Amino acid sequence: MRKKELRAVITFQNTTSAMAMEKICKENGRRGRLIPVPRCITAGCGLAWSANPQARLELEQFMKENAICYDQIYEIEI
Amino acid sequence: MIYFDNAATSLQKPDSVADAVYAAIKSMGNCGRGSHSASLEASRIIYATREILAKLFHIKDASRIAFTLNATESLNIAIKGLLHKGDHVITTELEHNSVLRPLYELVLEGVELSIIKSDFSGNIKIEDIKQSIKQNTKMVICGHSSNLTGNLLDIQRIGELCKEANVLFVVDAAQTAGVFSIDVKEQKIDVLCFTGHKGLLGPQGTGGIYVREGLVISPLKTGGSGFLSYSKTHPDKMPESLEAGTLNGHGIAGLYAGVSYILEKGMEEIRKKEQNLMWQFYEGIKEIPNIKVYGDFSTNERAPIVTFNIADYDSGDVSDQLAEEYGIYTRSGGHCAPLLHEALGTKEQGAVRFSFSHFNTEEEVDVAVNAVKKLAMES
Repeated sequence: MRKKELRAVITFQNTTSAMAMEKICKENGRRGRLIPVPRCITAGCGLAWSANPQARLELEQFMKENAICYDQIYEIEI
Repeated sequence: MIYFDNAATSLQKPDSVADAVYAAIKSMGNCGRGSHSASLEASRIIYATREILAKLFHIKDASRIAFTLNATESLNIAIKGLLHKGDHVITTELEHNSVLRPLYELVLEGVELSIIKSDFSGNIKIEDIKQSIKQNTKMVICGHSSNLTGNLLDIQRIGELCKEANVLFVVDAAQTAGVFSIDVKEQKIDVLCFTGHKGLLGPQGTGGIYVREGLVISPLKTGGSGFLSYSKTHPDKMPESLEAGTLNGHGIAGLYAGVSYILEKGMEEIRKKEQNLMWQFYEGIKEIPNIKVYGDFSTNERAPIVTFNIADYDSGDVSDQLAEEYGIYTRSGGHCAPLLHEALGTKEQGAVRFSFSHFNTEEEVDVAVNAVKKLAMES
């Protein structure tokens, strides 16, 4: 298995919000990718956005500015 | 073959639509059912299609559009998900059975229905809608255009009227989406029902419903959503709340290509071409003896449809002769618009409907005019 590393994991209430996140991040050169929601956290949507935890605050602001509807942000080792 | 049955389904589609469906079948997984690239590819194209439709209909939030099989499914969702016993709903005689039949079902469950009368030209008076609104009126539902005559309804005025009266406004855009401008905010539309396979130039089995923010519709179907798997209830968040089960991702990929084509070419250009062909045909046949054309041709603002009869000939015979002898494909009969046929006095005879696409040509219209002339002279 892969070595675990700390990531900022953003969850969503539905697939459409997760897809909106991916699109807007790609358009703005934000790094990260969609992953299956890790089992240690619960979420509505099975997809989560995984990003560098150092970018967490910046990402929160970015989602707010772009009206991305997210559920929670976790910092976990995955 | 000359195809003039575009109000039933547009047969000539841009090549990009077929290419997109083919590419999707070869590559697409199931939207929202995984995080591998084949599944994500499906989710991406479906999301992109929501966005492009939102652009077309001036919808701020693309997640307010759910995909359905067709306008009929969208209308059933809107009607059965919003109306309950004791509610009053207003519709018109111009409507298609996809509006009328779900309403008739609800009448049996205690919903009160008013149907606005049409005149002999196939028009209704908006004032009649206003007069019919009462305390328990919950919804006004009507088509943007009659599928039988091509007469347009002034949805701007009806929308304003509904807003003032605090009544939901549901629009059936089956005949106009992709050809006529629809702006849900400007026209104060609460729910917009559309199909993908007509003016939007997509594949059959695609369609959608826009639901205004804040309005909750009970779903017709519940089941798989791809998320919240351990919940006993279906998710209530749009659009997935109205999208139980696997979507027609392959078809939606084609719909994306169809709408992209429309935006690139320009809806106005498409509409002008179709209306010009309609006028060319109308002018060519209107003076032919024994021809009776239905609908209001006193305005240019009408859907590209010309419906007529020759003397008292069975419309099915006329349509069949056009197909067999001239290779011209049209629609005859009742067109799923029973009340309007009654209003026009064509319940028994039906009518022959020509409906135009911008892929049709002036030469094809000339051939059709001559064919109708010959058939009329033989009568």
